[in-house]
Parts: sequence; structure tokens; C-alpha cells
Amino acid sequence: MVPEIYYLVLSAILFTMGALGVLARRNALIIFMSVELMLNAANLAFVSFANTYQQLNGQIIVFFVIAVAAAEVAVGLALIVAIFKSKHSIDVDQMSSLKG
Amino acid sequence: MTVDLILFLILALVAVATAAGMLFSRNAVYSALFLVLNFASIAVFYLLLGAPFIAMAQITVYAGAIMVLFLFVIMLLGAEQLAPIKVLPWQRPLAIGLAAVLVAETAYLLILRAKPAADIIPPAETVNTLGELQRLGMALFNQYLLPFEVTSILLLVAMVGAIVLTKREKGERE
Repeated sequence: MVPEIYYLVLSAILFTMGALGVLARRNALIIFMSVELMLNAANLAFVSFANTYQQLNGQIIVFFVIAVAAAEVAVGLALIVAIFKSKHSIDVDQMSSLKG
Repeated sequence: MTVDLILFLILALVAVATAAGMLFSRNAVYSALFLVLNFASIAVFYLLLGAPFIAMAQITVYAGAIMVLFLFVIMLLGAEQLAPIKVLPWQRPLAIGLAAVLVAETAYLLILRAKPAADIIPPAETVNTLGELQRLGMALFNQYLLPFEVTSILLLVAMVGAIVLTKREKGERE
């Protein structure tokens, strides 16, 4: 049995790497993927807690997080496509103007 | 060193390495493929933690549907390799500094504040029935019925929203 703290440390490492990706990269798609990585790190912590305390709630939360992530990706990628159509770039530095 | 621990360490190495590969690869397609590998390794963690349903959902929804959507958009936009247009000189050091702050915070929480939760005593089950699909389904459709239904509405709204956002307006110039 692997101690719970190992999973939490791994989850923290993955979350931090996702946060670093959001902060350091300028490609909107990579930023979006980093957000997904952060969601996964949180999910890993939830499932780890569910295993430790033998409670099902953690797994159910993860189920809902996955469903919401699917919805979020659909809308987010549609937004990126719409931005690319008007700006011909997905560099987040280019999205600096408020009009069109 | 048990087999579980060895498996955990190998998978953790894969997960962290693929996350780093996702962060640092120049080509967005490589990033997406690294992330698929990362999601697959996390699915194996779910199996180790006794959550086979979540593991399968992770593979089908994340590694399957979501990443295919990502790859589709990357290739649709032809955004595999975007040349850096104008680099903000202070962005990368600032990002690394903020990430270091986050590392310090999590390390503080995990190491200094971590105390064994003695007030929540896990039931002494000999057989781990946590991941059984029947229990999950019963909980999902009894205790969590309302959130489940709201999720279906959310997915519908997201679908309509994606269509509206990418639809070309009537009379819009190209």
C-alpha cells in the first residue's frame, strides 16, 4: 500500500507544473492543456482521499469534475477557434484589445 | 519496497516527465500527445487507488474525447508551431517565481501542517469494495441525483454554446 502522502505530493507537483504552464506559456492551447493538467492533479488528490477514508464521495466529485471539464473544453476550444478567426493568432499577448 | 511502491514510483516518474514534456515542447501536437500519456498514467493511479470506474472514465473522456478535440483544433488552426511574436522579458522569471511560491505553499501545507487525521477513522474493511460500480451507481442516482441532472443540462448548454460560438453569422464578411 502506497502512503497517501506520496499521492498528495505527486498531485501537488503536477498542479504546480500546470500552474507554471499557465503562467509561462503564451500559446492559448498550451495554457488550456495546463489547466487540464491542474484539474487532473486535483482529481488525483480526491481519489487518494476517497481511498484513504473509504468514502465514495471523492470518486463522485471526480466524476463530476470530468463531466464539467468536457463541457469546459468544448466551449473553450470554440472560443479559441473564434479568436483565431478574427486575430489569426492564438498568442494570448495578441488578445489585448477590448474591441473586435 | 513493495511492488505497489515500485509501480507508484515508475508511474510518478512517467507522469512528471510527460507533464514536463507537455510544458516545454515547442510543437503543440507533441504537447497534446505528452498530455495523453500523462492522463493514461493518472488512470493507472486510479486503478491502484481502487477506482476502476474513474480510471475508465479518465481514459475515455480525457485521453479519448478531450484530447482528440484538442488535436483536432490544433490541426484545424495549423497552430503546431507558432513563432514567438514578441516576448515579454519579465514574464518567464515572474512565472517561475510565482510557481516557486506555489511550491513553497504546498510544501508548507503538506509537510508542516500535515497531521494524521485521527478523528476520521477509516472503516476496517478487509475487502476493498470502494470502487464497485454498483455502489457508485447507487450513490450517483440516489444521493447525487440532482447534481447528475444539472451536469446533463451543463453539457447541453456547452454543446449549444460551442455551436453558437463557431457559427458564422448571417451576412458576416469573410
